Amino acid sequence: MPPSSSSKLSPPLPPTGDTPPPWWRDRRVVPWLVQAAVGLVVLLVIAFLLGNLVRNLSAAGLLLTWRWLSQPAGFDLAESIVPFDAGMPYWRGLLAGLANTLRAVVGGLVGATVLGTLAGMAAFSSNGLLRGLARVYVEVVRNIPLLLQLVFWYFVVFLTLPNGAAAFQLPGIVLAKSGLYVAGLAEGLRWQGPHLLNGVWQAPVRLSVEFAALLTGLIIYSGAFIAEVVRGGIAAVPKGQWEAASSLGLRWFTTLRRVVLPQALRVILPGLNTQYISLAKNSSLAVAVGFSDLYSVAETTLNQTGRAVEVYLILLGVYLSLDLLISALMNGLNQLVQIRER
Amino acid sequence: MNSLLRRLRHELFATPGDAVLSVALLALLTLAMGGLLRWALVQANWAVIQANSTLFAVGRYPAEQQWRLWLLTSLLVGAAGLSWGLLRAHPRADRQGLLWPRNDRVAVGLLAGLAVWLPWALGLTGGIQARWWGLAALLIGLRWLAGRQGASWPPRLLKLVPLVWPLLYLTGMVLIGGGMGVAKVSPSEWGGLLLTLLSASFAILLCFPLGVLLALGRRSELPLLRWASVIYIEFIRGAPLITLLFLGQNIFGFLLPNGLAPERVWRAAWVLTFFAAAYLAEAVRSGLAAVPTGQVEAARSLGLSQARALQHVVLPQALRVALPAMVGQFISLLQDTTLLSLIGLLELLGVARTVMANPEFLGKNAEVYLTLAVLFWCCCAALGLGSRALERRLDPRTVPSR
Repeated sequence: MPPSSSSKLSPPLPPTGDTPPPWWRDRRVVPWLVQAAVGLVVLLVIAFLLGNLVRNLSAAGLLLTWRWLSQPAGFDLAESIVPFDAGMPYWRGLLAGLANTLRAVVGGLVGATVLGTLAGMAAFSSNGLLRGLARVYVEVVRNIPLLLQLVFWYFVVFLTLPNGAAAFQLPGIVLAKSGLYVAGLAEGLRWQGPHLLNGVWQAPVRLSVEFAALLTGLIIYSGAFIAEVVRGGIAAVPKGQWEAASSLGLRWFTTLRRVVLPQALRVILPGLNTQYISLAKNSSLAVAVGFSDLYSVAETTLNQTGRAVEVYLILLGVYLSLDLLISALMNGLNQLVQIRER
Repeated sequence: MNSLLRRLRHELFATPGDAVLSVALLALLTLAMGGLLRWALVQANWAVIQANSTLFAVGRYPAEQQWRLWLLTSLLVGAAGLSWGLLRAHPRADRQGLLWPRNDRVAVGLLAGLAVWLPWALGLTGGIQARWWGLAALLIGLRWLAGRQGASWPPRLLKLVPLVWPLLYLTGMVLIGGGMGVAKVSPSEWGGLLLTLLSASFAILLCFPLGVLLALGRRSELPLLRWASVIYIEFIRGAPLITLLFLGQNIFGFLLPNGLAPERVWRAAWVLTFFAAAYLAEAVRSGLAAVPTGQVEAARSLGLSQARALQHVVLPQALRVALPAMVGQFISLLQDTTLLSLIGLLELLGVARTVMANPEFLGKNAEVYLTLAVLFWCCCAALGLGSRALERRLDPRTVPSR
């Protein structure tokens, strides 16, 4: 074979020891070159944006400061569990908003977990109708934006409720346009149910319709996602577990509670963590139904003070810590349910 | 008939408890459906939708410029019919090519029904009804033509067909916004479904490359790249979208030199893009994690460079695994566009709010919100269906390699 054709077939041999590759192709240098280039670009972009930010903010007289937090807020909140009025400083307002957010998040977490678990379990019912309903619930709710669902619950359902004697009444619970009234302990530690006083409902526990609409929307929306997580977890448990339990004579519900769910929990918990975090973030849509959560107070604050950067830093800090808190709790729980190797 | 009865008995009345539950559920369902039907057919006043259908479709887009949107719609419909027909003319390797598979017949039936019923139900004028019929006919006609003739087209021409879509996107941008000799229509006049679809498609298109880069960065061995990606992803994912959107409206003006800050609509679209990229990166990362290391090692030992191995071996497999999660992100991105209404933009929900603020239509919340819900449900469900079809088409177990 002539040498010219052989050199076409095989690639030229790499240079041997005596001629090292140029330094910019050295395998020990390349990673640092790449990182230096990326770092330089990132730094330049950040410097450009920050430079503009500082220049524009100082031109507008809005350079970073936290003194405005102690100025009087000048706005009132429709409801808050932390005492607050217009004369109090901004930070008290933000605190009241945070308390409201926490209230919505905790209520939403509990409600959505219960609803989601039930709907996820229903997907394995022996009753075809129940299975179908669980499926329809998940498919309908997941494909409609949460914001649309929230305004629907608020404007179409809760704001069209009757007031006074025509309100929906169940033992211990009354649902009226003016709010949701629940029985509880009144002053003097006596049990008291909702009652009408001059045409206005009174009860130890009153939830505003805004809060009720937010909670309903969050629970139903997150419940559908949690149902999918629970369904996936139960489906991951081998079929033999069901069969073994039923051959031992356990009923469907007992099998689920004692045998399947404890095993499914290991698959479910990480997925649940994600859903809980997105529920916490979704609670910020409260602003659409007029509930004074942290975001809505922050928006008002920003509109009044113009302190975009500071308000945003507060929001980011609070929501990040909330996410981290939920993650930490869920990770702790996850460790509890892991199989212990003996 | 007998087997149906037996199945019903097995599904609904297997045990006494089941029977009680079934009867109770059936009664509840009948009551609820009856109430809903009575409301929709008798009590509801759908005039609010009929009177504002243009507003819901395009917002305050100037009427004398709306021919551009019609032109764009017919171009899109034409491209869709063409692509659909070609897909059928070149079926998967394991299937014989049917010109009209059952799913397609159902789809065409649904489309034809919609094209006749919807313009009539909306009470559109005869001229506009005729345009919708024309669009439906164009879609089905092109689908038929491409399905019949597509198999005999030269391969070089076929390779050009996917390029139609990006070209069409750019054309669409010019047609909607103006420029290049077409009169300008300011983004503040875009609205309704037009704005919803535009912001969603813009964010979906741009967040995809950004998300892939971030996912690669997060899995990189270089600490600087990894940490930069982690910080970006976690900071974006830590905050609710509404805070980012609100911040975007307020801070874009400060971050860029004077006068360079984009329009309010574009600010929101960019925020949506940056937001979606962080979530998409996590979806892609899960796909990357599913590709065995042996694949990279095998590719490298065959002499492929790192970049080539990534491009030809790792990414195709990773993206296929990540497809369901990615489409899930796209669906939630489409739903998230409703948040634009909270910062004062007139997308579908924003238009709905302005319509209901009109004293003439006060208190028509239920009709408007239900219509929007049906619209969103159909769009999201269609995306989900498309994703599942694509998954099956890309699944190596169902499609033998050639």
